Amino acid sequence: MRVLGTAALLSVTLALAACGGAPTPVSSSSGPVTVRLLTHDSFVLSTSLLNEFTARTGITIEIVAVGDAGELVNRAVLSAGKPEGDVLFGVDNSLLSRAVSASVFEPYVSPEVSHVRSEIADSGNGIVTPIDDGDVCVNIDNVWFDKRGLAAPKTLDDLTKPEYAELLVTENPATSSPGLAFLLATIAKYGDGWRDYWSKLRANGALAVNGWTEAYTSEFSGAGNPGSRPLVVSYSSSPPAEIIYAADPAKASVTTSTMTDGCYRQIEYAGVLAGAAHPDAAKTVIDWLLSPEVQSDVALSMFVFPAREGVVLPEVFAKYATRPARPEELTPEEVGANQQQWLNDWTETFVS
Amino acid sequence: MRSRGLAIAPVGVVALFLLAPVIAVLIAGIRPESLHVVMESRTWRIVGFTALQALLSTVVSVALALPATYALHRLRLRLRRLTLAVLTVPFVLPTVVVGLAFRALLPDSLNGTLTAIILAHAFFNIGLVVRVVGGVWSRLDGRMQDVARTLGMSPFNVFRRVTLPYLRPAILASTALVAMFTFTSFGVILVLGSPAQPTIEVEIYRRTTQILDLPAAAGLALVQLIIVVVALIWSAVLQRRTVMRMRQSSAPPLPVSNKCDRLCIIWTYVLALALTLPVLSLILRSLRAGNQWSLQWYQQITAPSAGTTRDIGAFSIVTTSLRYAALATLLAVVLGVLGAMAVQLATRRGVTLETTLLLPLGVSAVTIGFGLLLMSIHGPVDLRGWTLLVPLGQSLVAAPLVMMLLLPILRSIDPRLRYVATTLGAGPLKAWWAVDGRLIGRATVGAAGLACAVSLGEFGATAFLARVDEPTIPLQIVRLLGRPGEANFGSATAFAVVLLAITAVVLTATDRGRTQW
Repeated sequence: MRVLGTAALLSVTLALAACGGAPTPVSSSSGPVTVRLLTHDSFVLSTSLLNEFTARTGITIEIVAVGDAGELVNRAVLSAGKPEGDVLFGVDNSLLSRAVSASVFEPYVSPEVSHVRSEIADSGNGIVTPIDDGDVCVNIDNVWFDKRGLAAPKTLDDLTKPEYAELLVTENPATSSPGLAFLLATIAKYGDGWRDYWSKLRANGALAVNGWTEAYTSEFSGAGNPGSRPLVVSYSSSPPAEIIYAADPAKASVTTSTMTDGCYRQIEYAGVLAGAAHPDAAKTVIDWLLSPEVQSDVALSMFVFPAREGVVLPEVFAKYATRPARPEELTPEEVGANQQQWLNDWTETFVS
Repeated sequence: MRSRGLAIAPVGVVALFLLAPVIAVLIAGIRPESLHVVMESRTWRIVGFTALQALLSTVVSVALALPATYALHRLRLRLRRLTLAVLTVPFVLPTVVVGLAFRALLPDSLNGTLTAIILAHAFFNIGLVVRVVGGVWSRLDGRMQDVARTLGMSPFNVFRRVTLPYLRPAILASTALVAMFTFTSFGVILVLGSPAQPTIEVEIYRRTTQILDLPAAAGLALVQLIIVVVALIWSAVLQRRTVMRMRQSSAPPLPVSNKCDRLCIIWTYVLALALTLPVLSLILRSLRAGNQWSLQWYQQITAPSAGTTRDIGAFSIVTTSLRYAALATLLAVVLGVLGAMAVQLATRRGVTLETTLLLPLGVSAVTIGFGLLLMSIHGPVDLRGWTLLVPLGQSLVAAPLVMMLLLPILRSIDPRLRYVATTLGAGPLKAWWAVDGRLIGRATVGAAGLACAVSLGEFGATAFLARVDEPTIPLQIVRLLGRPGEANFGSATAFAVVLLAITAVVLTATDRGRTQW
């Protein structure tokens, strides 16, 4: 029995020793610099760009992805002042106020921001730098509507009409980021009347599921998915993504489109985390994120639109991604102050 | 005294990586507002629904599994190994993947209903019941039943009055496991449930990760913890009360002798077929590209061409998965066996010990994740970025399973065998090894197989802890499923089939068949 007891003790000691000795890359500063880039699971860039950046600057970027954008910001808020990394990329305009009021960031706006499209250039309030944007829009299965000779809906109001009954699938705003964006679009558009709108959507048989994957790959009828609903809340970049990720991109034709009314614009920002181990290298990384090379990569790697002006979009994007002329927007402060109440109200209005 | 030494390692791990994080969340979160949330009627509707779906799912899973357990562990059955693997595979596959396949097979009218959740939970958990109960059933000495039958008892009465009393602790153990899994189920609820009916786990996730309402999340975590602890204590007490020592048998599997046996065999095959359907649809889907049969997705995952940070070759992903799983299995077996021995030998506090060691199955993964984060920020040791946490997190889920696979078997062993060994001059350790150790040897191999499979398919802890450039198979699958386009969905299904194949190999290789010695 003693042997086992000793073994058990030993393993605990080993476990403890391993904990104590765990290297914390955050504070290592000798040798070439490694910057920890804290981001969400959707962050993707071409590996060659990262390698070039390291070769040029001596800075290695370690990507730390921590769930979706909401999780990312919450973790940053909880560890404000003792951050998990140096740079945070992926806080969007609906989460920004939460991060800013928790002093997550050390204010830094890249000088490259002078090249950013004017409508979003100053939206970081002097604290963070806009890197890209995108729109959450209702996607349309063109084939479904063509087959029935029915015109596809054009506006949010159309979605409540009887001819479009039981055609829309959206996501639960409490558990899904596009779901939340769509709710915000309706709030931006209808103001206090948004609950009425959702009551009408409900009466018209709109369906909410918990996540984007269930909505798009399981309930949506378009783009070869097996579902039965031809309208789904997704992104304005989903139609080009369908081409790029087709079985044979060369032969693929576009079968989905987006409704340009009732789109919500999501702007993604990068900022230096307060208390970062390498604040200067972090700033270099943010400048680089706005460089022409990275900006021309984001469309195909992350399916978002570059913030920088004059960046040539890939052909599929130019052709198949329709940007809404007047996207819906709310200020980060409005969202920050009301989000919880809105979510409760939505649940009450639409699902309970 | 003896059990205390054994318990140090498993209890230490649970205390450090489970209780400490939970306490960290409670300290950070519990405020007077937490009480408001706990008192709200909405919260109690959520608690009620969570308990209801868990209860129904558990009853249905156990009821559906028992006839198959009998056929697989007592009768001569063609394709026995394959059938057992087929029944177990759903349990270890990531819920998101199979949940989607399941969703596609369900009629539209069922999606988002309680029925869909119960069916999916049964689908995932039947294999677990078959394994836990089967471990004891296959050792049951059949002579008592023979006697009862000779005396004219009907097969049903033989089962109810002779067999069932021996099986009760194992059935209770499997019930406790399934109840824990379904009570804290997350993936199934999200994929198949309706936004109108969240469970405690989903609500904790929402409050923690989406709206950052820590007081509410901590309040809910506390409610969840209390319910789980009460349920586990109750189950541990019941198991103790119903233990019956039995003569360990090595009888060969019986030929089919009556209508009841035949029905059980048919039922087993029907069940295996039903459980194969979602898996089969997944395999077929992975072979379809652009409306024709093709291996395109398999080629694509082995040699991704786009060159982004997300395009990691299947070979490297599989290697990472196997490396983590091997370490997790080792940890889970050591901790699980030590835990089972400690619980079995404990003269006092056995119930407390068992409850503590099973807690990892009943505590919200989100709570543990955020707790570890809080500990790293405010505590002396920064655990962030420590990659050994991945297998450790996986073994936290797998170790209680190993323990619960072994414990019912250990309990059914007549302690007099050990006394005999001691009388013959063996020390306590040697006596344990000569009797119990030898009897659970094969079961431990099987448990290791299940632990390995569970670690391979584990998502929650892994997602929280793994590095971006070193994803495991389930992580890569979920990443791929997060994007539109046939190639993403196709590659995800191809990865799921790869995981399926590895899991099936692990499970059949560690299936030592019926115990014979």
